[in-house]
Amino acid sequence: MRYISVEEITTNIKEMCIEANYKLASDVDKHIREAYTKETSSLGKSVLKQLNENIDIAASESIPICQDTGMTIVFIKIGQEVHIKGGLLEEAINKGIGLGYWEGYLRKSVVSDPILRENTKDNTPGVIYYEIVAGDKIEITVAPKGFGSENMSRIYMLKPADGIEEIKHAVLETVKLAGPNACPPIVVGIGIGGSFEKCALLAKRALIRSIDIRSDKPHIRKLEEELLDEINKTGIGPAGLGGKITALGVNIETYPTHIAGLPLAINISCHVNRHVTRVI
Amino acid sequence: MYKDIITPLTKEKVAQLKAGDNLFITGTIYTARDAAHKRIYEAILKEEKIPFSLEDNILYYMGPSPARPGSVIGSAGPTTASRMDKYTPTLLNKGLGGMIGKGKRGKEVIRSIIQNKAVYLVAIGGAGALLSKCIKKSKVIAYGDLGTEAIHELYVEKLPVIVAIDSKGNNLYENR
Repeated sequence: MRYISVEEITTNIKEMCIEANYKLASDVDKHIREAYTKETSSLGKSVLKQLNENIDIAASESIPICQDTGMTIVFIKIGQEVHIKGGLLEEAINKGIGLGYWEGYLRKSVVSDPILRENTKDNTPGVIYYEIVAGDKIEITVAPKGFGSENMSRIYMLKPADGIEEIKHAVLETVKLAGPNACPPIVVGIGIGGSFEKCALLAKRALIRSIDIRSDKPHIRKLEEELLDEINKTGIGPAGLGGKITALGVNIETYPTHIAGLPLAINISCHVNRHVTRVI
Repeated sequence: MYKDIITPLTKEKVAQLKAGDNLFITGTIYTARDAAHKRIYEAILKEEKIPFSLEDNILYYMGPSPARPGSVIGSAGPTTASRMDKYTPTLLNKGLGGMIGKGKRGKEVIRSIIQNKAVYLVAIGGAGALLSKCIKKSKVIAYGDLGTEAIHELYVEKLPVIVAIDSKGNNLYENR
């Protein structure tokens, strides 16, 4: 048994909200800089130049990379040997989000009711996913998610007979419909399998995986590589103004599914794909 | 390469702009996004007074992050324009000169842009830190209760934008 205090969780969440919004995750940072050298369209190149300058200004002058500092998605893996003391975990997480968004001068973009739409003024509540795992540690990932790209994400309940061909068609259709709205170059998180809600969660988890890490399943790895290639052949390009860099990465997560189904979720992130992970 | 445009954005200036042109905007512009659009739109329908004149002005679809002490504004990039499509023709009919956002516009908006000889400009989405450097003054002039969605009067210097839909209906996003 190991004790972890709610204060420690709050402090870490606060710092992670700020860090994620000022400093681009290293995997995305590397790929967006490489994109500038790979892009051949002159308009696309000038967009990528602005995006690279933007990342530098954000880090050096402490200005959020994007004004949409997101709805705060939190994945928390709790070792079953851990006992959390001093209060409620969910309250501790939301307190950390509120402090981070206030102290970090981050935009408060959350409304308390989807119909009545009154701003909660501290960006809470976050969207929190708990997982119980082995061990005596807590792993927290904070991923502030912008909604320009979130709005362009989709779910398809495909048939088993549809197979790889229809999966590809659906992903490309989603990317084309997203077009300039999702702020390309994008990162594409894909969930395949499970149930209706499980595939959406898989797609979200796919977005927080480094785009330098390919799936360990050979057929999925092949699909990731082929999809990246085909997405970049659409010609949508940086900012949707034409070019060959439309996506920086495609990550796919899978799960067993029902004999009758082939659920597919495509969660799109703009180039500001923020994710910070810490282990306590 | 870049054309300088000083606000107000008169019809004469709009007529010279072509889809694909790179512009630097200097002068006063106004922010409005979803919630402010809804209020302006409803005020126009009820024939109530709106907080500022739309005539020859530019709306920037943007809700900034908060300014640090000593800064003019926080991060300040464009939001998706199509969410304003429902309201835009009504605002254009009231003399709005141009809009800055990101992404495609609906058919009715494009028709209204041509009819009213207006222009739709795009700034680079996700470049909020960079774009904030062009904003020299910022003041909330209406709907302060909306927080980031309040209407801000901005004074900008050389704000980089691209003409996406010009007053003849030429569309940079067409066939993309």
